[in-house]
Amino acid sequence: MACLWGASVFSFIALFALLAVYGERKISAFIHDRLGPTVTGPKGLFQTFADILKLLSKENIMPDAAEKVLFIIAPLLVFLPVFIGFSVLPVGKGFGVAFPNSGVLFLVAVVSIEVIGIWIAGWASGNKYALLGSARAIAQMVSYEIPALLAILSAVIIYGTFDLDKICQAQYSQSGILAFGVFKYPFLWISFVLYFICTLAETNRSPFDMPEAESELLAGFHIEYSGFRFALMFLAEYANMLLLSLLAVLLFFGGYNSPLPFLGEFDSGTIPALLWGLFWLLSKGFLLVFIQIWLRWSLPRIRIDQLMFLCWKVLTPAGLVLFFISCIWKLTEVYSNLS
Amino acid sequence: MKYWNSIQKGTLSVLKGLYITFKHLRKGGKSIAPVGIEDQNYFQQNATGSITIEYPTFEIPVPDHGRYKLHLEEDDCIVCDQCARICPVDCITMEGIKAPSEIGKTSDGTKKRIYLPVFTIDMAKCCYCGLCTIVCPTECLTMTNKYDFPTSDRNEFLFEFANMSAEEVELRKAELAQFEAEKKAAKEAALKLKDNTP
Repeated sequence: MACLWGASVFSFIALFALLAVYGERKISAFIHDRLGPTVTGPKGLFQTFADILKLLSKENIMPDAAEKVLFIIAPLLVFLPVFIGFSVLPVGKGFGVAFPNSGVLFLVAVVSIEVIGIWIAGWASGNKYALLGSARAIAQMVSYEIPALLAILSAVIIYGTFDLDKICQAQYSQSGILAFGVFKYPFLWISFVLYFICTLAETNRSPFDMPEAESELLAGFHIEYSGFRFALMFLAEYANMLLLSLLAVLLFFGGYNSPLPFLGEFDSGTIPALLWGLFWLLSKGFLLVFIQIWLRWSLPRIRIDQLMFLCWKVLTPAGLVLFFISCIWKLTEVYSNLS
Repeated sequence: MKYWNSIQKGTLSVLKGLYITFKHLRKGGKSIAPVGIEDQNYFQQNATGSITIEYPTFEIPVPDHGRYKLHLEEDDCIVCDQCARICPVDCITMEGIKAPSEIGKTSDGTKKRIYLPVFTIDMAKCCYCGLCTIVCPTECLTMTNKYDFPTSDRNEFLFEFANMSAEEVELRKAELAQFEAEKKAAKEAALKLKDNTP
Protein backbone atom coordinates (compact mmCIF):
# COMPACT_ATOMS: atom_id res chain seq x y z
CA MET A 1 0.00 0.00 0.00
CA ALA A 2 2.79 2.38 0.97
CA CYS A 3 4.61 1.50 -2.25
CA LEU A 4 1.49 2.28 -4.25
CA TRP A 5 1.15 5.63 -2.50
CA GLY A 6 4.81 6.40 -3.13
CA ALA A 7 4.60 5.55 -6.82
CA SER A 8 1.40 7.50 -7.33
CA VAL A 9 2.76 10.52 -5.44
CA PHE A 10 5.94 10.44 -7.50
CA SER A 11 4.11 10.19 -10.81
CA PHE A 12 1.78 12.95 -9.66
CA ILE A 13 4.73 15.19 -8.78
CA ALA A 14 6.39 14.50 -12.12
CA LEU A 15 3.20 15.20 -14.04
CA PHE A 16 2.57 18.33 -12.00
CA ALA A 17 6.12 19.58 -12.64
CA LEU A 18 5.74 19.09 -16.40
CA LEU A 19 2.39 20.86 -16.53
CA ALA A 20 3.60 23.58 -14.18
CA VAL A 21 6.57 24.30 -16.43
CA TYR A 22 4.19 24.45 -19.38
CA GLY A 23 1.87 26.70 -17.39
CA GLU A 24 4.72 28.90 -16.34
CA ARG A 25 5.92 29.28 -19.91
CA LYS A 26 2.42 30.13 -21.10
CA ILE A 27 1.69 32.56 -18.26
CA SER A 28 5.03 34.30 -18.65
CA ALA A 29 4.43 34.54 -22.39
CA PHE A 30 1.00 36.07 -21.93
CA ILE A 31 2.37 38.57 -19.43
CA HIS A 32 5.06 39.52 -21.95
CA ASP A 33 2.54 39.75 -24.81
CA ARG A 34 4.03 36.65 -26.41
CA LEU A 35 2.43 33.30 -27.28
CA GLY A 36 4.65 30.73 -25.59
CA PRO A 37 4.94 27.18 -26.92
CA THR A 38 2.40 26.62 -29.71
CA VAL A 39 3.78 24.00 -32.05
CA THR A 40 4.27 20.71 -30.15
CA GLY A 41 0.86 19.20 -29.61
CA PRO A 42 -2.40 21.12 -29.19
CA LYS A 43 -1.49 24.63 -27.97
CA GLY A 44 2.05 23.38 -27.40
CA LEU A 45 0.93 21.13 -24.56
CA PHE A 46 3.51 18.41 -25.27
CA GLN A 47 6.46 20.79 -25.30
CA THR A 48 7.58 19.99 -21.76
CA PHE A 49 7.11 16.26 -22.34
CA ALA A 50 9.46 16.54 -25.30
CA ASP A 51 11.86 18.55 -23.14
CA ILE A 52 11.95 15.93 -20.40
CA LEU A 53 12.51 13.18 -22.97
CA LYS A 54 15.46 15.14 -24.27
CA LEU A 55 16.81 15.66 -20.75
CA LEU A 56 16.50 11.98 -19.88
CA SER A 57 18.32 10.90 -23.01
CA LYS A 58 21.21 13.29 -22.42
CA GLU A 59 24.63 12.30 -21.17
CA ASN A 60 25.36 12.80 -17.47
CA ILE A 61 28.46 14.96 -17.55
CA MET A 62 30.80 14.77 -14.58
CA PRO A 63 33.16 17.75 -14.32
CA ASP A 64 36.82 16.95 -13.63
CA ALA A 65 36.89 19.27 -10.63
CA ALA A 66 33.81 17.69 -9.06
CA GLU A 67 33.71 15.71 -5.83
CA LYS A 68 32.45 12.56 -7.46
CA VAL A 69 30.36 10.94 -4.70
CA LEU A 70 28.86 14.17 -3.37
CA PHE A 71 28.09 15.33 -6.91
CA ILE A 72 26.00 12.22 -7.49
CA ILE A 73 24.07 12.25 -4.21
CA ALA A 74 23.34 15.99 -4.18
CA PRO A 75 20.33 15.87 -6.58
CA LEU A 76 18.84 13.10 -4.49
CA LEU A 77 19.35 15.16 -1.34
CA VAL A 78 17.58 18.05 -3.03
CA PHE A 79 14.64 16.01 -4.25
CA LEU A 80 14.05 13.38 -1.55
CA PRO A 81 13.21 15.76 1.34
CA VAL A 82 10.50 17.37 -0.76
CA PHE A 83 9.21 13.96 -1.77
CA ILE A 84 9.16 12.78 1.85
CA GLY A 85 7.38 15.99 2.81
CA PHE A 86 4.40 14.92 0.70
CA SER A 87 3.97 11.82 2.86
CA VAL A 88 2.40 13.64 5.82
CA LEU A 89 -0.17 15.61 3.85
CA PRO A 90 -3.77 14.58 4.46
CA VAL A 91 -5.38 14.48 1.02
CA GLY A 92 -9.01 13.77 1.91
CA LYS A 93 -11.17 12.93 4.84
CA GLY A 94 -9.27 10.06 6.47
CA PHE A 95 -6.78 9.74 3.60
CA GLY A 96 -3.05 10.21 3.67
CA VAL A 97 0.13 8.17 3.96
CA ALA A 98 0.94 9.06 7.55
CA PHE A 99 -0.75 11.09 10.27
CA PRO A 100 2.02 11.88 12.74
CA ASN A 101 1.10 13.94 15.80
CA SER A 102 3.77 16.43 14.82
CA GLY A 103 2.98 16.61 11.11
CA VAL A 104 3.75 20.32 10.71
CA LEU A 105 7.04 20.05 12.57
CA PHE A 106 8.04 16.96 10.58
CA LEU A 107 7.24 18.65 7.27
CA VAL A 108 9.14 21.83 8.05
CA ALA A 109 12.11 19.89 9.42
CA VAL A 110 12.31 17.55 6.45
CA VAL A 111 11.95 20.27 3.86
CA SER A 112 14.81 22.23 5.40
CA ILE A 113 17.16 19.32 4.63
CA GLU A 114 16.95 20.52 1.02
CA VAL A 115 19.36 23.32 1.95
CA ILE A 116 22.05 20.73 2.63
CA GLY A 117 21.44 19.18 -0.78
CA ILE A 118 21.81 22.56 -2.46
CA TRP A 119 24.98 23.29 -0.51
CA ILE A 120 26.47 19.92 -1.45
CA ALA A 121 25.51 20.47 -5.09
CA GLY A 122 27.27 23.82 -5.12
CA TRP A 123 30.30 22.56 -3.25
CA ALA A 124 30.76 19.33 -5.19
CA SER A 125 30.46 20.97 -8.61
CA GLY A 126 33.92 22.55 -8.28
CA ASN A 127 32.66 25.70 -9.94
CA LYS A 128 32.81 29.20 -8.50
CA TYR A 129 29.35 30.15 -9.78
CA ALA A 130 27.86 27.06 -8.20
CA LEU A 131 29.65 27.76 -4.92
CA LEU A 132 28.46 31.38 -4.85
CA GLY A 133 24.94 30.30 -5.70
CA SER A 134 24.78 27.74 -2.94
CA ALA A 135 26.33 30.16 -0.43
CA ARG A 136 23.53 32.57 -1.24
CA ALA A 137 21.01 29.77 -1.01
CA ILE A 138 22.18 28.88 2.49
CA ALA A 139 22.06 32.49 3.68
CA GLN A 140 18.62 32.97 2.21
CA MET A 141 16.91 29.72 3.07
CA VAL A 142 18.19 29.53 6.63
CA SER A 143 17.14 33.09 7.42
CA TYR A 144 13.73 32.80 5.79
CA GLU A 145 12.89 29.69 7.74
CA ILE A 146 12.54 31.79 10.89
CA PRO A 147 9.68 34.09 9.79
CA ALA A 148 8.08 31.15 7.98
CA LEU A 149 8.11 29.13 11.19
CA LEU A 150 6.75 32.05 13.21
CA ALA A 151 3.88 32.42 10.76
CA ILE A 152 3.17 28.68 10.90
CA LEU A 153 3.39 28.76 14.68
CA SER A 154 0.79 31.50 14.95
CA ALA A 155 -1.62 29.22 13.08
CA VAL A 156 -0.61 26.15 15.07
CA ILE A 157 -1.28 27.94 18.38
CA ILE A 158 -4.77 28.81 17.24
CA TYR A 159 -5.59 25.22 16.32
CA GLY A 160 -3.74 23.85 19.32
CA THR A 161 -2.21 20.92 17.41
CA PHE A 162 0.70 19.99 15.13
CA ASP A 163 -1.33 17.28 13.49
CA LEU A 164 -2.17 18.35 9.94
CA ASP A 165 -5.28 16.19 9.76
CA LYS A 166 -6.62 17.64 13.02
CA ILE A 167 -5.86 21.14 11.75
CA CYS A 168 -7.98 20.36 8.69
CA GLN A 169 -10.81 18.98 10.77
CA ALA A 170 -10.70 22.07 12.99
CA GLN A 171 -11.43 24.15 9.88
CA TYR A 172 -14.57 22.21 9.00
CA SER A 173 -18.05 23.33 9.85
CA GLN A 174 -21.46 23.66 8.24
CA SER A 175 -20.63 27.26 7.33
CA GLY A 176 -17.99 26.07 4.84
CA ILE A 177 -15.66 28.83 3.75
CA LEU A 178 -16.30 30.85 6.93
CA ALA A 179 -14.72 28.10 9.02
CA PHE A 180 -11.40 28.34 7.14
CA GLY A 181 -8.51 29.66 9.22
CA VAL A 182 -8.15 33.00 7.50
CA PHE A 183 -11.88 33.78 7.74
CA LYS A 184 -12.43 32.54 11.28
CA TYR A 185 -9.29 34.24 12.61
CA PRO A 186 -8.73 37.24 10.32
CA PHE A 187 -5.23 38.05 11.58
CA LEU A 188 -4.12 34.80 9.95
CA TRP A 189 -4.30 36.67 6.64
CA ILE A 190 -1.14 38.49 7.71
CA SER A 191 0.39 35.19 8.80
CA PHE A 192 -0.45 33.76 5.40
CA VAL A 193 1.13 36.68 3.53
CA LEU A 194 4.22 36.35 5.71
CA TYR A 195 4.40 32.62 5.13
CA PHE A 196 3.82 33.05 1.41
CA ILE A 197 6.69 35.52 1.04
CA CYS A 198 8.94 33.10 2.92
CA THR A 199 7.96 30.18 0.68
CA LEU A 200 9.01 32.25 -2.32
CA ALA A 201 12.43 32.65 -0.73
CA GLU A 202 12.67 29.01 0.31
CA THR A 203 11.86 27.67 -3.13
CA ASN A 204 14.33 30.11 -4.71
CA ARG A 205 11.60 31.73 -6.75
CA SER A 206 11.79 35.23 -8.07
CA PRO A 207 11.94 37.90 -6.61
CA PHE A 208 14.18 35.90 -4.27
CA ASP A 209 15.99 33.75 -6.85
CA MET A 210 19.47 34.90 -5.84
CA PRO A 211 20.84 31.33 -5.67
CA GLU A 212 20.22 30.83 -9.37
CA ALA A 213 20.40 34.43 -10.54
CA GLU A 214 20.88 33.87 -14.26
CA SER A 215 22.35 37.28 -14.98
CA GLU A 216 25.16 37.02 -12.42
CA LEU A 217 25.59 33.34 -11.64
CA LEU A 218 24.49 31.77 -14.95
CA ALA A 219 22.46 29.08 -13.22
CA GLY A 220 23.73 29.07 -9.66
CA PHE A 221 24.10 25.82 -7.77
CA HIS A 222 22.94 23.52 -10.59
CA ILE A 223 25.17 24.96 -13.30
CA GLU A 224 27.27 21.77 -13.72
CA TYR A 225 24.32 19.41 -13.73
CA SER A 226 22.93 17.92 -16.90
CA GLY A 227 20.57 15.20 -18.00
CA PHE A 228 18.63 13.30 -15.38
CA ARG A 229 20.34 14.95 -12.42
CA PHE A 230 19.33 18.38 -13.68
CA ALA A 231 15.81 17.12 -14.26
CA LEU A 232 15.71 15.96 -10.63
CA MET A 233 16.75 19.42 -9.40
CA PHE A 234 14.10 21.00 -11.57
CA LEU A 235 11.51 18.55 -10.34
CA ALA A 236 12.45 19.36 -6.74
CA GLU A 237 11.93 23.08 -7.31
CA TYR A 238 8.42 22.65 -8.69
CA ALA A 239 7.53 19.93 -6.17
CA ASN A 240 8.67 22.24 -3.39
CA MET A 241 6.49 25.04 -4.75
CA LEU A 242 3.49 22.73 -4.63
CA LEU A 243 4.35 21.24 -1.23
CA LEU A 244 4.70 24.61 0.48
CA SER A 245 1.53 25.87 -1.25
CA LEU A 246 -0.34 22.80 -0.01
CA LEU A 247 0.95 23.44 3.50
CA ALA A 248 -0.37 26.99 3.26
CA VAL A 249 -3.71 25.62 2.10
CA LEU A 250 -3.82 23.15 4.98
CA LEU A 251 -2.94 25.76 7.57
CA PHE A 252 -4.89 28.78 6.37
CA PHE A 253 -7.46 27.79 3.74
CA GLY A 254 -9.19 24.78 5.17
CA GLY A 255 -7.11 22.06 3.50
CA TYR A 256 -9.28 19.45 1.83
CA ASN A 257 -12.53 20.96 3.12
CA SER A 258 -14.94 22.22 0.53
CA PRO A 259 -15.78 25.91 0.80
CA LEU A 260 -19.33 25.08 -0.33
CA PRO A 261 -20.74 22.63 2.24
CA PHE A 262 -24.29 22.81 0.85
CA LEU A 263 -23.08 20.71 -2.11
CA GLY A 264 -22.96 17.79 0.30
CA GLU A 265 -20.22 15.81 1.98
CA PHE A 266 -18.98 12.24 1.74
CA ASP A 267 -18.35 9.77 4.54
CA SER A 268 -14.82 9.63 5.85
CA GLY A 269 -12.64 6.95 4.25
CA THR A 270 -14.66 6.46 1.06
CA ILE A 271 -13.28 6.94 -2.45
CA PRO A 272 -15.59 9.89 -3.30
CA ALA A 273 -14.39 11.61 -0.11
CA LEU A 274 -10.80 11.14 -1.30
CA LEU A 275 -11.55 12.56 -4.76
CA TRP A 276 -13.60 15.46 -3.37
CA GLY A 277 -10.87 16.27 -0.85
CA LEU A 278 -8.11 16.00 -3.47
CA PHE A 279 -10.05 18.27 -5.79
CA TRP A 280 -10.35 21.08 -3.26
CA LEU A 281 -6.86 20.64 -1.82
CA LEU A 282 -5.24 20.72 -5.26
CA SER A 283 -7.34 23.49 -6.74
CA LYS A 284 -6.48 25.74 -3.80
CA GLY A 285 -2.85 24.65 -4.04
CA PHE A 286 -2.70 25.34 -7.78
CA LEU A 287 -4.13 28.79 -7.21
CA LEU A 288 -1.25 29.57 -4.87
CA VAL A 289 1.24 28.09 -7.37
CA PHE A 290 -0.30 30.35 -10.01
CA ILE A 291 0.25 33.35 -7.74
CA GLN A 292 3.87 32.31 -7.29
CA ILE A 293 4.34 32.16 -11.05
CA TRP A 294 2.51 35.45 -11.53
CA LEU A 295 4.76 37.12 -8.94
CA ARG A 296 7.85 35.74 -10.62
CA TRP A 297 7.05 37.40 -13.92
CA SER A 298 5.99 40.68 -12.32
CA LEU A 299 8.81 41.54 -9.96
CA PRO A 300 12.51 42.07 -10.56
CA ARG A 301 15.05 40.22 -8.44
CA ILE A 302 15.85 42.09 -5.23
CA ARG A 303 19.35 42.83 -3.97
CA ILE A 304 20.93 40.59 -1.33
CA ASP A 305 20.97 43.36 1.30
CA GLN A 306 17.30 44.11 0.59
CA LEU A 307 16.62 40.41 0.99
CA MET A 308 18.26 40.39 4.42
CA PHE A 309 16.53 43.65 5.39
CA LEU A 310 13.18 42.17 4.47
CA CYS A 311 13.82 38.98 6.39
CA TRP A 312 15.37 40.23 9.62
CA LYS A 313 13.90 43.70 9.97
CA VAL A 314 10.42 43.30 8.52
CA LEU A 315 9.24 39.70 8.42
CA THR A 316 10.79 38.40 11.64
CA PRO A 317 9.44 41.24 13.86
CA ALA A 318 6.07 40.91 12.14
CA GLY A 319 6.17 37.17 12.79
CA LEU A 320 6.89 37.74 16.46
CA VAL A 321 4.01 40.20 16.73
CA LEU A 322 1.68 37.69 15.04
CA PHE A 323 2.89 34.98 17.40
CA PHE A 324 2.02 37.27 20.31
CA ILE A 325 -1.41 38.11 18.89
CA SER A 326 -2.29 34.47 18.39
CA CYS A 327 -1.20 33.69 21.98
CA ILE A 328 -3.51 36.42 23.30
CA TRP A 329 -6.34 35.25 21.04
CA LYS A 330 -6.01 31.67 22.24
CA LEU A 331 -5.83 32.74 25.88
CA THR A 332 -9.01 34.83 25.64
CA GLU A 333 -10.71 31.86 23.97
CA VAL A 334 -9.60 29.52 26.73
CA TYR A 335 -10.66 31.91 29.53
CA SER A 336 -14.02 32.68 27.96
CA ASN A 337 -14.64 28.92 27.78
CA LEU A 338 -13.71 28.54 31.45
CA SER A 339 -16.01 31.21 32.77
CA MET B 1 9.15 56.58 9.98
CA LYS B 2 11.44 55.80 7.08
CA TYR B 3 11.03 52.15 8.00
CA TRP B 4 7.23 52.20 7.70
CA ASN B 5 7.39 54.29 4.53
CA SER B 6 9.69 51.78 2.86
CA ILE B 7 7.34 48.93 3.76
CA GLN B 8 4.34 50.85 2.48
CA LYS B 9 6.11 51.82 -0.72
CA GLY B 10 7.27 48.26 -1.30
CA THR B 11 3.81 46.80 -0.76
CA LEU B 12 2.11 49.32 -3.01
CA SER B 13 4.63 48.91 -5.83
CA VAL B 14 4.31 45.12 -5.67
CA LEU B 15 0.53 45.41 -5.93
CA LYS B 16 0.79 47.86 -8.79
CA GLY B 17 3.21 45.59 -10.63
CA LEU B 18 0.88 42.64 -10.16
CA TYR B 19 -2.03 44.70 -11.47
CA ILE B 20 -0.11 45.68 -14.60
CA THR B 21 1.01 42.14 -15.38
CA PHE B 22 -2.48 40.82 -14.74
CA LYS B 23 -3.90 43.24 -17.29
CA HIS B 24 -1.57 41.75 -19.89
CA LEU B 25 -2.21 38.19 -18.73
CA ARG B 26 -5.95 38.65 -19.15
CA LYS B 27 -5.56 39.57 -22.82
CA GLY B 28 -2.95 36.89 -23.46
CA GLY B 29 -3.18 34.16 -26.05
CA LYS B 30 -4.82 36.21 -28.75
CA SER B 31 -2.56 37.29 -31.59
CA ILE B 32 -3.15 40.66 -33.16
CA ALA B 33 -3.70 40.69 -36.94
CA PRO B 34 -0.55 41.48 -38.92
CA VAL B 35 -0.73 45.01 -40.35
CA GLY B 36 1.49 46.08 -43.24
CA ILE B 37 3.24 49.41 -43.63
CA GLU B 38 0.82 50.40 -46.41
CA ASP B 39 -2.12 50.29 -43.99
CA GLN B 40 -3.63 53.68 -43.21
CA ASN B 41 -3.53 53.05 -39.47
CA TYR B 42 -0.04 51.56 -39.34
CA PHE B 43 1.24 54.21 -36.95
CA GLN B 44 -1.97 54.39 -34.94
CA GLN B 45 -2.01 50.73 -33.90
CA ASN B 46 -2.85 50.18 -30.25
CA ALA B 47 -4.14 46.64 -30.40
CA THR B 48 -3.75 44.62 -27.21
CA GLY B 49 -2.78 40.96 -27.05
CA SER B 50 0.17 38.97 -28.22
CA ILE B 51 2.38 40.81 -30.68
CA THR B 52 3.93 37.56 -31.87
CA ILE B 53 3.17 36.78 -35.51
CA GLU B 54 3.40 33.04 -36.13
CA TYR B 55 5.50 33.55 -39.20
CA PRO B 56 4.99 30.77 -41.71
CA THR B 57 1.24 30.81 -41.02
CA PHE B 58 0.81 34.57 -40.90
CA GLU B 59 2.94 37.18 -42.60
CA ILE B 60 3.19 40.93 -42.36
CA PRO B 61 1.99 42.22 -45.76
CA VAL B 62 4.83 43.72 -47.79
CA PRO B 63 4.18 46.56 -50.30
CA ASP B 64 4.24 45.61 -54.00
CA HIS B 65 7.28 47.80 -54.50
CA GLY B 66 9.32 45.91 -51.93
CA ARG B 67 13.05 45.79 -52.53
CA TYR B 68 13.73 42.07 -52.26
CA LYS B 69 14.19 39.38 -54.91
CA LEU B 70 15.20 40.58 -58.40
CA HIS B 71 13.05 39.76 -61.39
CA LEU B 72 13.78 40.08 -65.12
CA GLU B 73 11.11 40.47 -67.76
CA GLU B 74 13.29 38.77 -70.40
CA ASP B 75 11.09 39.78 -73.36
CA ASP B 76 11.82 43.44 -72.60
CA CYS B 77 15.57 43.03 -72.16
CA ILE B 78 17.72 44.60 -74.88
CA VAL B 79 20.90 42.96 -73.52
CA CYS B 80 22.67 46.28 -73.00
CA ASP B 81 24.82 44.80 -70.19
CA GLN B 82 24.51 47.93 -68.04
CA CYS B 83 23.11 46.07 -65.05
CA ALA B 84 25.96 43.56 -65.04
CA ARG B 85 28.51 46.35 -65.26
CA ILE B 86 27.09 48.52 -62.46
CA CYS B 87 26.55 45.66 -60.04
CA PRO B 88 28.97 46.22 -57.12
CA VAL B 89 29.13 42.54 -56.23
CA ASP B 90 29.03 41.09 -59.77
CA CYS B 91 26.03 38.91 -59.17
CA ILE B 92 24.60 39.23 -62.68
CA THR B 93 26.02 37.04 -65.44
CA MET B 94 24.77 37.70 -68.97
CA GLU B 95 25.67 36.79 -72.52
CA GLY B 96 24.30 37.97 -75.82
CA ILE B 97 24.20 36.79 -79.43
CA LYS B 98 23.90 39.50 -82.02
CA ALA B 99 21.09 39.11 -84.48
CA PRO B 100 21.51 39.81 -88.23
CA SER B 101 18.54 42.15 -88.13
CA GLU B 102 16.05 43.61 -85.69
CA ILE B 103 14.25 40.80 -83.84
CA GLY B 104 11.38 42.70 -82.34
CA LYS B 105 10.42 45.49 -80.04
CA THR B 106 10.15 45.75 -76.27
CA SER B 107 6.91 46.82 -74.67
CA ASP B 108 8.12 50.45 -74.60
CA GLY B 109 9.08 50.40 -78.27
CA THR B 110 12.85 50.01 -78.06
CA LYS B 111 14.34 47.88 -80.83
CA LYS B 112 15.83 44.53 -79.86
CA ARG B 113 18.96 43.46 -81.76
CA ILE B 114 20.56 40.89 -79.47
CA TYR B 115 19.40 37.46 -78.37
CA LEU B 116 19.67 36.59 -74.65
CA PRO B 117 20.99 33.03 -74.12
CA VAL B 118 22.23 33.50 -70.52
CA PHE B 119 20.98 35.78 -67.76
CA THR B 120 21.78 34.48 -64.28
CA ILE B 121 21.36 36.38 -61.02
CA ASP B 122 23.11 35.01 -57.96
CA MET B 123 20.79 36.13 -55.15
CA ALA B 124 23.23 34.83 -52.55
CA LYS B 125 25.72 37.49 -53.66
CA CYS B 126 23.14 40.24 -54.20
CA CYS B 127 23.36 43.14 -51.75
CA TYR B 128 19.92 44.53 -52.63
CA CYS B 129 21.31 47.98 -53.53
CA GLY B 130 18.95 48.29 -56.50
CA LEU B 131 21.52 49.97 -58.80
CA CYS B 132 20.79 47.50 -61.62
CA THR B 133 17.12 48.45 -61.60
CA ILE B 134 18.03 52.15 -61.83
CA VAL B 135 20.30 51.81 -64.85
CA CYS B 136 18.03 49.47 -66.77
CA PRO B 137 16.87 51.50 -69.80
CA THR B 138 13.74 49.49 -70.50
CA GLU B 139 12.89 48.89 -66.83
CA CYS B 140 12.73 45.19 -67.34
CA LEU B 141 14.89 44.38 -64.30
CA THR B 142 12.90 45.07 -61.11
CA MET B 143 12.88 44.24 -57.43
CA THR B 144 9.84 42.36 -56.16
CA ASN B 145 8.18 41.91 -52.76
CA LYS B 146 9.17 38.25 -52.49
CA TYR B 147 11.60 38.00 -49.59
CA ASP B 148 11.24 34.41 -48.41
CA PHE B 149 13.33 32.12 -50.63
CA PRO B 150 15.83 30.33 -48.40
CA THR B 151 17.15 26.93 -49.46
CA SER B 152 19.73 24.53 -48.14
CA ASP B 153 21.50 24.32 -51.51
CA ARG B 154 23.76 27.15 -52.58
CA ASN B 155 23.00 26.53 -56.27
CA GLU B 156 19.33 27.26 -55.77
CA PHE B 157 20.19 30.92 -55.24
CA LEU B 158 21.22 31.10 -58.90
CA PHE B 159 18.14 32.34 -60.71
CA GLU B 160 18.14 31.81 -64.51
CA PHE B 161 15.94 34.19 -66.47
CA ALA B 162 16.87 33.51 -70.13
CA ASN B 163 14.51 31.02 -71.76
CA MET B 164 16.25 30.05 -74.97
CA SER B 165 16.64 26.34 -75.59
CA ALA B 166 20.06 24.86 -76.40
CA GLU B 167 19.04 24.17 -80.03
CA GLU B 168 17.90 27.72 -80.48
CA VAL B 169 21.17 29.02 -79.09
CA GLU B 170 23.05 26.83 -81.58
CA LEU B 171 20.79 28.02 -84.38
CA ARG B 172 21.30 31.67 -83.54
CA LYS B 173 25.05 31.19 -83.26
CA ALA B 174 25.13 29.51 -86.62
CA GLU B 175 22.98 32.27 -88.05
CA LEU B 176 25.36 34.89 -86.72
CA ALA B 177 28.41 33.00 -88.04
CA GLN B 178 26.79 32.66 -91.45
CA PHE B 179 25.83 36.33 -91.48
CA GLU B 180 29.33 37.37 -90.52
CA ALA B 181 30.85 35.05 -93.14
CA GLU B 182 28.53 36.51 -95.77
CA LYS B 183 29.39 40.00 -94.65
CA LYS B 184 33.09 39.20 -94.79
CA ALA B 185 32.74 37.66 -98.25
CA ALA B 186 30.78 40.68 -99.44
CA LYS B 187 33.43 42.96 -98.01
CA GLU B 188 36.25 41.02 -99.70
CA ALA B 189 34.33 41.01 -102.95
CA ALA B 190 33.85 44.75 -102.69
CA LEU B 191 37.55 45.15 -101.91
CA LYS B 192 38.54 43.03 -104.92
CA LEU B 193 36.22 45.03 -107.12
CA LYS B 194 37.85 48.23 -105.89
CA ASP B 195 41.32 46.85 -106.56
CA ASN B 196 40.41 45.79 -110.05
CA THR B 197 38.99 49.13 -111.04
CA PRO B 198 41.67 51.30 -112.45
